[in-house]
Amino acid sequence: MSPPQATGARAALAIGGLLVFLLALPFAADLLDVPATTSLVTRMLIYAIAAASLNLVLGFGGMISFGHAAFYGIGGYAVGILFQHARLSEPLFGMMLGTEQFLIAMPVAIVLGGLAALVIGALALRTTGVQFIMITLAFAQMLYFLFVSLKYYGGDDGLVVRRRNVLFGLDMRDAKTFYFVVLALAAAYFAFIWRIAGSRFGMVLGAIRQNDRRVAAIGIGVYRYKLAAFVLAGMGAGLAGGLWANYARFVSPDMMHWTKSGELMVMVILGGAGTLFGPLFGAAGLITLETVLSAWTERWQFFLGPILILIILFFRGGLSGLVALFSGRNR
Amino acid sequence: MSLLVIEQILNGLQLGVTLFLLAAGLTLIFGIMGIINLAHGSLYMIGAYAGALAASATGSFLLAVPAGLLAAAASGVAVEFIVIRRLYERDHLDQVLATYGLVLFFNETVSILFGRQPLFVAIPALLSGSIEIVPGLAFSVYRLAIIAVGLSLAAGLYVLIQHTRLGMLIRAGATHRETVRALGVNIRLLYTLVFGLGALLAGFAGVMAGPLLSVQVGMGEQILIMTFVVVVVGGVGSIRGALFGAILVGVFDTMMRAFMPHIMRGLLANGSEADALSAGLASMGVYLLMAVVLLVRPQGLFPARG
Repeated sequence: MSPPQATGARAALAIGGLLVFLLALPFAADLLDVPATTSLVTRMLIYAIAAASLNLVLGFGGMISFGHAAFYGIGGYAVGILFQHARLSEPLFGMMLGTEQFLIAMPVAIVLGGLAALVIGALALRTTGVQFIMITLAFAQMLYFLFVSLKYYGGDDGLVVRRRNVLFGLDMRDAKTFYFVVLALAAAYFAFIWRIAGSRFGMVLGAIRQNDRRVAAIGIGVYRYKLAAFVLAGMGAGLAGGLWANYARFVSPDMMHWTKSGELMVMVILGGAGTLFGPLFGAAGLITLETVLSAWTERWQFFLGPILILIILFFRGGLSGLVALFSGRNR
Repeated sequence: MSLLVIEQILNGLQLGVTLFLLAAGLTLIFGIMGIINLAHGSLYMIGAYAGALAASATGSFLLAVPAGLLAAAASGVAVEFIVIRRLYERDHLDQVLATYGLVLFFNETVSILFGRQPLFVAIPALLSGSIEIVPGLAFSVYRLAIIAVGLSLAAGLYVLIQHTRLGMLIRAGATHRETVRALGVNIRLLYTLVFGLGALLAGFAGVMAGPLLSVQVGMGEQILIMTFVVVVVGGVGSIRGALFGAILVGVFDTMMRAFMPHIMRGLLANGSEADALSAGLASMGVYLLMAVVLLVRPQGLFPARG
């Protein structure tokens, strides 16, 4: 669970290899005549951003937030609502604020995700342990009910985003173009997490996870650091949610349902909490598992549940732990 | 108007009693075993399904009660034996994820076995109809029966925990686990008993709720999250907190749902939008209550001693 030390030549090589692989993937998919892979990996990357943002609080900060889907959903609805107002030319808060510009809608999604995290975090972080788990879950469920009741934005049925947002002159409808937009943002977000993990802020966060009393005793405001991490995580989830709204061209309250929060947690744990690329592996692993199981049976959760229990009971450290085990690296 | 308020307070009390049955088990299991159990709602669902199926097979609600209790307790003990037992030494995160896996499994199993169509249970003939409790106010006998049974269960639980040998061990296990073990008490058996007791209470709540709600997949999580609110408001690990928290949350939630539409219709011109929004605001009500409690008393209103 140490902060990533991607300074070694081997680590640099691995990251470079991963990047080349992801850059070449859409072309390889076309060559191998499996173009749907591009869309599948786009989905993995979006979930990887969401899981990486949760990893910031869960893995690095040791805060078990069970309501992360709330911020993801808010990011999605930000894009959806802005689009709806732009399409219908209707005023929002009395002004013509609707937009279908990617460069406006996405920052709004990020900021709103962060603001929601600020409010929820400020309250929830007054507690720790099991209460924190219950409270984050309850607040996320509260937002879920709020969006279910907003009939104007589709309520229970959700909101269709007819077109993807406009970004320069790019053809965002093209799966490959959109893939590269998502990949660029995912790479930027992982670089950002890497910077954070190695910074003073990241060190303090890790120390709080290990022993918050000692951190408080040396005169560092634990609450402020936790809240800052919580807000940064909310912003990352908002980014992922906004991308999802663009990808699926649809947002619904299900984006913030508690099972979505559970899925994000599973991705973090599956990949290995507190590691840099754990969330990426975890997202890819869970989506692959879902795809394989659901192609085979409609009742895939019947198998996913026990698989999850077995992983928790017998494979600690997730996929990163397995990789480390086989590569003989000491953790 | 005041009759309507009385009626809604009674409805709230009935919801509160149901919430208490779940919250008591959840808080006992957490307080004594240190386990956060998301599958507690699944035990409630299992109780409700077993009760509904027994009632429709035999036509007797009297047989539905033991069927629901037996199914929930048996599932609870099996879950404790197979999964929970391995989680005592783990952190909350592992417990949350493993029991989340249990929830997925139970929900999917129930929908494979009984389909996604909700089941409906008739109110038993003996308890159907309503009686006039105050002049001009008739109230459902069945709901009154739930309140009465729930409150007597709360009293029974109090006696069990405060005045029996088992209760003494439970209290001691909550505060001084190692000492109890060192004194030669079979703590494993104690844990299984506590978990089974929690499952029994959850199953009972499920059977009782059957005739009032539709019995369907997902009913467990809906009430589980409200139970979390109860536990946080009342204070984690405290039975007394669970009782007062449950009644507070139950009455508050029912009042919001009953009176929010009147308020919103006064504020908004569009009737159907006002109704939808007030339904949403009413669902949010208990969470806002929880936020206020957190601001004033982060440990809950009745924190456990020790």
